[in-house]
This record gives sequence, structure tokens and C-alpha cells, in this order.
Amino acid sequence: MRLERRSHRPLFLVLVSPLIAIAAALAIAGILIAMAGAPVLEAYWRIGVGAFGSRLAATETLTRATPLILTGLAAAVAFRARLWNIGAEGQFYVGAITVAALGSGALSSLPGAVLIPILFAAGALAGMVLMLLPLWLRLRFSVDEVVTSLLLNFVAVLFVSLLIDGVLKDPLAFGWPQSLPVGDHALLPKLIARSRLHIGLAVAVAAAVIIHLVQSRTVFGMRSRAAGLSPAGAVFAGVPFGRTLVMVACLSGGLAGLSGAIEVMGVKGYVTTDLSPGYGYSGIIVAMLANLHPVGVIAATVFTAAMFVGADGMSRALGIPSYIADVTVALSLLTMLIALFLTQYRIRR
Amino acid sequence: MVHQHFSLAPNLTVLDNIMTGTEKLWSFKSETVTARTKLLGIVQRFGLDVDPDARLGDLSVGEQQRVEILKALYNDARILILDEPTAVLTNIEAERLFRTLKEMARQGLSLIFISHKLDEVMAAADRIVVLRGGKVAAERLVGQTSKADLAELMVGHRVTRPVRDQAAPGAVVFEVTGVTVRQGGVDRLKDVSFHLCAGETLGIIGVSGNGQTTLAHLVSGLAKPSDGGMLLFGEPVANLSVRGLIESGVGRIPEDRNKEGAIGEMSIWENTILERVWSPAFSKYGLVNRKAGMAFAERIIADFDVRGGKPASRTRLLSGGNMQKLILGRNLSDRPRILIAAQPTRGLDEGAVAAVHARILEARRQGTAVLLISEDLDEVIGLADRIQAIVNGRLSPAIAAETADPRRLGLMMAGEWRQTEGAVNAS
Repeated sequence: MRLERRSHRPLFLVLVSPLIAIAAALAIAGILIAMAGAPVLEAYWRIGVGAFGSRLAATETLTRATPLILTGLAAAVAFRARLWNIGAEGQFYVGAITVAALGSGALSSLPGAVLIPILFAAGALAGMVLMLLPLWLRLRFSVDEVVTSLLLNFVAVLFVSLLIDGVLKDPLAFGWPQSLPVGDHALLPKLIARSRLHIGLAVAVAAAVIIHLVQSRTVFGMRSRAAGLSPAGAVFAGVPFGRTLVMVACLSGGLAGLSGAIEVMGVKGYVTTDLSPGYGYSGIIVAMLANLHPVGVIAATVFTAAMFVGADGMSRALGIPSYIADVTVALSLLTMLIALFLTQYRIRR
Repeated sequence: MVHQHFSLAPNLTVLDNIMTGTEKLWSFKSETVTARTKLLGIVQRFGLDVDPDARLGDLSVGEQQRVEILKALYNDARILILDEPTAVLTNIEAERLFRTLKEMARQGLSLIFISHKLDEVMAAADRIVVLRGGKVAAERLVGQTSKADLAELMVGHRVTRPVRDQAAPGAVVFEVTGVTVRQGGVDRLKDVSFHLCAGETLGIIGVSGNGQTTLAHLVSGLAKPSDGGMLLFGEPVANLSVRGLIESGVGRIPEDRNKEGAIGEMSIWENTILERVWSPAFSKYGLVNRKAGMAFAERIIADFDVRGGKPASRTRLLSGGNMQKLILGRNLSDRPRILIAAQPTRGLDEGAVAAVHARILEARRQGTAVLLISEDLDEVIGLADRIQAIVNGRLSPAIAAETADPRRLGLMMAGEWRQTEGAVNAS
């Protein structure tokens, strides 16, 4: 048995395979649900209700999707150029803490229309800086950026932890380690009243569309794709390899930093060390699900966020262990990746 | 079999390296004592002294090679095949190796020694088989042959030049004087000099792996010279950049079309304009002009008879010959003043070879200076006006193609051009 690359991906397969993948994941998860003694079909129903069944559920799913779209884009643009940025989690946190530092202090008296773009830029810049370090190490000393960007996550989170227990600690938080809250002007307007859904979603969707256009229409997009697909071919064609990677790193780190900034300004208003339930790492999975396509990232994110929120709802409603929810999410991601892989390759005997 | 590149683990001792793979995976004890005795026996018998307990990484390359040979002997080899064993050795080490080989032969082992260095073959062998184009060309006993004889056999008797226009070399457009390229502490090119004239083809011949790749990279703008000077259209240039070359009208055909020449997962039109996407013809304000790219690709496909793809289809779907025609097309459609062609017909079928040759001849007729780097001797003899040989990173003086005979080319490729130097003043 061997795998053979398809010369083109049949549209029918591309549309149907995700559905088969979800069905397969649910079927496997069903075994666990049955073992936990809950009615399987009702559990499936509860996932749907939990994710989209009410106004609250739907807005919650989209709120959850917002930072994930941006970290997914961060991974997608980097991976397209074969720059392995595993550090979106750390970049998310430095973006978040930068916003908390600036938005709670001197700048907080500025009007929102000025302050919010400044904070977006500052958060993105912080993420960029954190990604440029591993890239510099790679270009200068050929250090594998997978390792360095991954390790920087822990450095970043511990640094944030230091700040929110120190200079940025909120004195009114009853001793909890959390940062000073950002001023009211820095909070993002709501997209839908009486929900947590904020305009960050619109920013994230716009970012996806813009990145799609950058990748498909610009010289930079063409060069970064060339650099990723074939470094030797790109160098031969005179693509400035190092400069292209620096730009890709800035874009990728910037998106992850922006994600952290938006999460602080849109949802919580302050930073804690559990601000992200692994958005940076989930972003990698989302990017793979989307086959590194920026607009596909939106769909992949909504699916992932729905599974997270829906499976949580299921375990709460049926009183089964929340681990089953986690397993369901993980299974659905795995089956989805397999299904997408099989749309690109066929199995031959 | 002793390969040119060793398959040894530098972090293990000599004995461990030799024993690797000789014992069953599931056995609990290791027969180290027996193995050591056997190894020391072999060491003594052939005079291949190596300390069995030394860490392999601490040994010199010559000693590591001895370990490779010992490994083969330890596995009771009776026929030993050595692939270019002297490529990594110093002269003294090589002489020592030859003595060992003679000793092994005396004791009844059969040895096959693969090399393209004539001196070594004459020194090490008893009987010589000449391979040419995958066929046995001749078989000689050492006592009954000479280096010149072997060189002639290596080249063959097929030297027939196709009829074509007389060269009328124009002005010198590119001149390289005494250039050395050092990469990773090794001189890939040493004191290389050549020049290209408009309307003339310079052919570089040589046995594979003698620095052709670095030479092609140097003139394609990918490798920087560490020493020496270059004049492009009369202007001194310290480093050639890809963009600078293309802007001044230099076309480049890379030796590896799949790796360097085209990016398989990108579309045909993208591959045609990638190296000139900075030009206002193909982009404005950082936005790629897709329409112009498509039109350019369309034109190349039509003019250069590229079959099997539309401008928007993926380049990897093209056959080797059609991909090469595409690469030729993107370089030649603008009438370049210089064309660098590295192994332009490697791996192509007859029809595609003929098409590529016709294009190169046509470019020369229109006044393009052509640098042809090729391992295919027939190709160089057929296309070039002057010929230089590359051996171990050095270039021989040029000879006029009309005066090339097999013996002379063979000696040049074997690095023996000093013997023929008296007769060389053709350039």
C-alpha cells in the first residue's frame, strides 16, 4: 500500500470529507460517552446545542474563535514560508501584557478611536520582536526555530507572571496575580449587545482576507511562497531569502501579538496567566486544518471553537467527565487532518 | 563495499563500529572478546593498524577509511569494492592505501578500485576497465597501456563536429581573473580565469564533481568570490547578484532544473516571472501584475513549444524536457547578452536535447556569449568554440574546439594539461 499524490483535488471530496471526519470523530467519542453511561445520541445533540443552540452559545463560540483566528493566521503565514513559528503562545502573552501596561497607564486618557489602534500596533509589535529573536538565531547561527520559538513561550509566560505579580500587579485584586485593568477607552466595542462578542472578530476576519490578498497578489506573497516551497529555487530566482523571512516573521509574530492584545481589550480587560487556554498551540492545529489557507483558517477556527464550546456544554449537561469533551475535540481534529490529507493523496495498493 | 562517504558512527569506538550489525538484535550478550581477537588478526594480517578502542570521531580521515575497509574484511569480504577511495585522502595516506591494497591482492583478495584519476589507477591496479556512457569501452593490463592511451579511451572516438557557422567572436563581455571561491574552509574554485566573447561559446568540460556546481553558482550570482576579479561588460563587479545579472542581460540555466530552475508547486506563469518580478513590467507598488505574467508565460509556451501545461497549471506537471524549454524560454525571450548554461540537457530525451541545442546555437548566432558547463563531452564538442577543462576546482587553459582530439581532451579532463600546454595558444 502506498500513497499517491492526486493531480487535482476533486471539489466533491473537499466538501464531503470534513463531514465524514466529524462523523468518524463523533462515532469514536460515542464509545467513550457510552462507557461513561450517558445516552450517546443526546450527547451529540448537546454538542450542537452547546455550540450554536442559543444566542449565548453562538456568541460564545465566536468570542472563543476570535483570538484563535489570529493565532491560526500567525501559524499559517509562517508555515507557508516554512518558518516554523511554534511561539504564538508566547507572542500572544507579550502582546497582551504590552496592552495592559500601556492601556492602564499614561495613554489610558486618550479617546478610544486613537487609543485602540495604538494598542493594537503595540501588541503586534511586541509579538514581532519576540518572533524576530528565533529568526535571527536561525539566520545567523542556523539554530532550529522550532526549539527556540517553543522555549520562548515559557520565557514569555514566566515574564508575564513576574510582571503581574510585581510592577503591573492590580492592588485591588485581593492579592490575585492579575495585571492592572486597561482603561475604559481601551475596551473594544461590542459587536452584539448583551454578549461578550466584540469587534475583535471583525478585525480577525479582515486580517484573514487581507492576508489572503497579500499572499495571492503581492510580490512579497509570491516570494514568501517561493521561499517556503523551495529555498534553493527561491535563491536561484534572486528572492532575498533572509529579508523575506524577516517580513514573514514580523507578520506572524505580529498577528499572534495582536491576538493577545484583542483578547485583553475585548474580553477580560486585564491579564492573568490563564488568559489563553492554549490559543497559540491550537492556532497551529487550526492552520493545519485550513491547509494553511488564510480564509480557510476562519472556517477551521469556527469548527474548532464550536467543538470546544459544544463539548464543554455536553459534559456539563450530561454530567459526564469533562475529559470526554477534550477527547472529542482532539479526535475531531485528528480525523479532520486525516480527511484533508486524503483529499490530497489517494491510497494505492 | 567501501563507499566514498563513510557509513560510520563517530561517537562509537572502532570495535563497536565494526561489530555493528554483525550480532543479533535479541541476543543479550555481546561477543566483544571474540570480535576483538578476530579484528586484531585482520589488522596484523594486512598491516592496517588502528586502535580498536579509539573513538572513531577522533581518528583522521585516512584512519576512518581503514576502519571501513576493516569492517568489510571483518564480514569476511572476498571482493572489496572501493569507490573513489582517494578522494578524501592526502597523498601520503593514498600511497599507504595503495600498499595495503597490493598486500590484500597478494593474499588472495579481489579488489575493484573505482577512480577517475589516471595516476592512481596506474599505481593501484593490475587490470583496468574503462567505462564510458554506462558501457565497457576497453580493458587493458597495466603493463600494456599508458595514461595517454587511457585518456583517449575515456573520451572515445566519436569526436565529430556538426557543421555550423564559423564563430566570429565579438567583444569580450565577461572576464574572470584569478577567482577563488572558498566555502566552509575549502577552496571549491582555485585561481580560475576565463573570458566570454559575444557570439561565441565557451565550453567547460570535466568529470562530475570537480567544481562545476560552484562555477555555475559563481556566474549565476549565488556564490561569492573570496579572491580575484571579475569584469562584466567592462565594469568591475565584486559580487554578482541575481537581480544585477538579469538587469544587465544575463540568462541563467541552472544545472538542477527541479531544485533550482523551477518551483514545482508554483504555476508556470509564476515560475516564468519569479526572477524578474521586481521589474515594472510585472509588478507595480508591490502588486504582481498577473495578467502580464500570464501573457509572458503564454508567449514562452508558444515560442518555445512547451507542451503539457497552461500558464496557470502547476509546473511540476511538465516533463523534464518541457520544463527545460520553459526555463530556456524565460531566459532567451529577451535576447540576453550572456547565457550561462549548466548541464542544460542532463536527463533529457533525444528530441528535447536537439531542441535545447538548437536554441543555444541560435542564441550564439544572434550574438549572445554562451558559457556551457557540461559533463557531456559530445555536447561541448558540438556547441563550443573554445574548451576549458575543470579539474579539482582549477581551470585548464582554453583550446580551440577545432584542435580538440580525444587524447587531448582526455588529458585535460585528467588534469594533465601541463603536458599539452606547449601546444596550447588557441585562445
